[in-house]
Amino acid sequence: MGYRMSLPGLDRVMAALGETYDIYAPTASDRGEAPQIRYGRVESARQIELGGQSADSPKSVVFPPLQTMFRFEGGRFEESAADGRGRILFARPCDVNGILRLDRIFLENGGRREYFYDRLRQKLKIFLIECLEGFEGCFCASVGANQADCYDVALRLGGGDVLAAVKNPDFEPFFRACEPCDFTPGSLRGNAKTVRLPAFDDGDLPGIHALPLWGEAAENCVGCGSCNAVCISCSCFDTTDVLYDEKGLSGERRRAWAGCMQEDFALVAGGGNVRKDAADRMRFKVLHKVHGFHRRFGAGHMCVGCGRCDARCPEDISFSGTVDKLAEALKNES
Amino acid sequence: MNHNIMLPAPYRILGVTKETKAEYTFRVACDVETRHGQFFQLSIPKVGEAPISVSARGEGYLEFTIRKVGRLTDGVFGLAAGDTLFMRGPYGTSWPLDEFRHKDLALIAGGTGLAPLRSTLRHFADHPGEVRSLHLIAGFKDLDSVLFAEDLARFREAFHTIATLDGAAAPGFEAGMVTAHIHKIPFASFEDYNVAVVGPPVMMRFVAQELEDLGVPDEKIWVSFERKMSCAVGKCGHCKIDETYVCLEGPVFNYTKARGLLD
Repeated sequence: MGYRMSLPGLDRVMAALGETYDIYAPTASDRGEAPQIRYGRVESARQIELGGQSADSPKSVVFPPLQTMFRFEGGRFEESAADGRGRILFARPCDVNGILRLDRIFLENGGRREYFYDRLRQKLKIFLIECLEGFEGCFCASVGANQADCYDVALRLGGGDVLAAVKNPDFEPFFRACEPCDFTPGSLRGNAKTVRLPAFDDGDLPGIHALPLWGEAAENCVGCGSCNAVCISCSCFDTTDVLYDEKGLSGERRRAWAGCMQEDFALVAGGGNVRKDAADRMRFKVLHKVHGFHRRFGAGHMCVGCGRCDARCPEDISFSGTVDKLAEALKNES
Repeated sequence: MNHNIMLPAPYRILGVTKETKAEYTFRVACDVETRHGQFFQLSIPKVGEAPISVSARGEGYLEFTIRKVGRLTDGVFGLAAGDTLFMRGPYGTSWPLDEFRHKDLALIAGGTGLAPLRSTLRHFADHPGEVRSLHLIAGFKDLDSVLFAEDLARFREAFHTIATLDGAAAPGFEAGMVTAHIHKIPFASFEDYNVAVVGPPVMMRFVAQELEDLGVPDEKIWVSFERKMSCAVGKCGHCKIDETYVCLEGPVFNYTKARGLLD
């Protein structure tokens, strides 16, 4: 069902939703060095900032950067308490598709659901922000992530009246006071930026590994993992135990985001590292994002083209540029 | 809510054996069914979890051999009989014993790579009629690094065994890397056979190369990969190689698959 409402009308809807849900949306933040847009809790429509892309992805809503999994004491491991409230996430198609990528890993891979992701994910409701123009640096259409059908409510925001398409009937009561209208969210036709995707078979991998472009791309990489941190589809994590006592018998097991561009990502306890330099790690990341994930799940590339990794890199290393160069190199080879 | 696949369970330590200065074997009371070559996620006190392969199994117990690497893993070496070890598992693929049976078998291990092969070796030592012949090459850095000395003595009696040290020879030990001894395995005299290889990545690559040079087809070679793993259930991403998850599709791979797994 479609609805039309004024911005104050959306405020009233959000106020009612706020009684049951925590609402997360891109919003102005002063947490960085300069004012920027980041994901955070909002209560009113005015707090939603649509004038640019958020610096971070919304993945922390379902996959927090640091999370206590268990507490252990007296020879027992106990699951950490869950936050009971539901969560509404305002997100553009790229990020909605990104969450579907996270679902693949946490809920499907290996045939078993991962408990801590699952319990947040089950409480998550998605309010799609229609995105018809994108931003500088994003390339969702190139990776087929410009359209998202998996939402509870879709909204057209930012141009006078707000239009809403309510797909999940649970949310109909919140919009009943609004004027009915026809609305189906559109999708972006093409970004300003296009990235060519490489096409190759597994047999080409040894040759691809030997390409000089990995070293060229990663020459200045400092291994900070910022690209992984801002990526909506980067799902990797480390677990560590934090101890309350010297003997290590009571404490908590936490997990934290881990990034494949960090030097110790593949380091085993004995000191061996299967990807010793930044070029190896760049190649690993790129091939996972535009090859391996799709090979495994057959459901589109892991990269959803948000372009945040390129924007965030302190050394201006371009992931999208590297994908494009790989496509070019393979074209030249064939 | 679904079962929590990351939740470890407590197991009682039955005994601790100091194998070398750096490697200890923990015997844990556990009657969970495992297949040879599988691993568990062990909770290492003060560290977190690490994948450790089952190095032996018996009536009501499993053994795990843990290498002391740096200060971090020290906590586990303070544990003794009666203490509790938290773990979850078993995980991963196993050595294809049905494929190994009634054929010749060669097992090649480098250093702690002997651990994931040990239960298989014990099995065939206990059931000598199950393989036509078994050739073992076990390589160690030096005499101080020799693992499972008692087992090794038994394997020497039961199998065609070459134990070798990276440096100088010693009584009962040849000199040189395992690769220097592979040509002594009489592949030409075998009707049908398999080869299993475990060790550091570089060692496995050179062994595979040597085996290929000797005309051993890829499909007869089996390897076990050691990779960093925080979850062992396909979620944490550390062990992934392209679209393959070592924790799910491995750690034991046939070489037809493993040769294409480029980290």
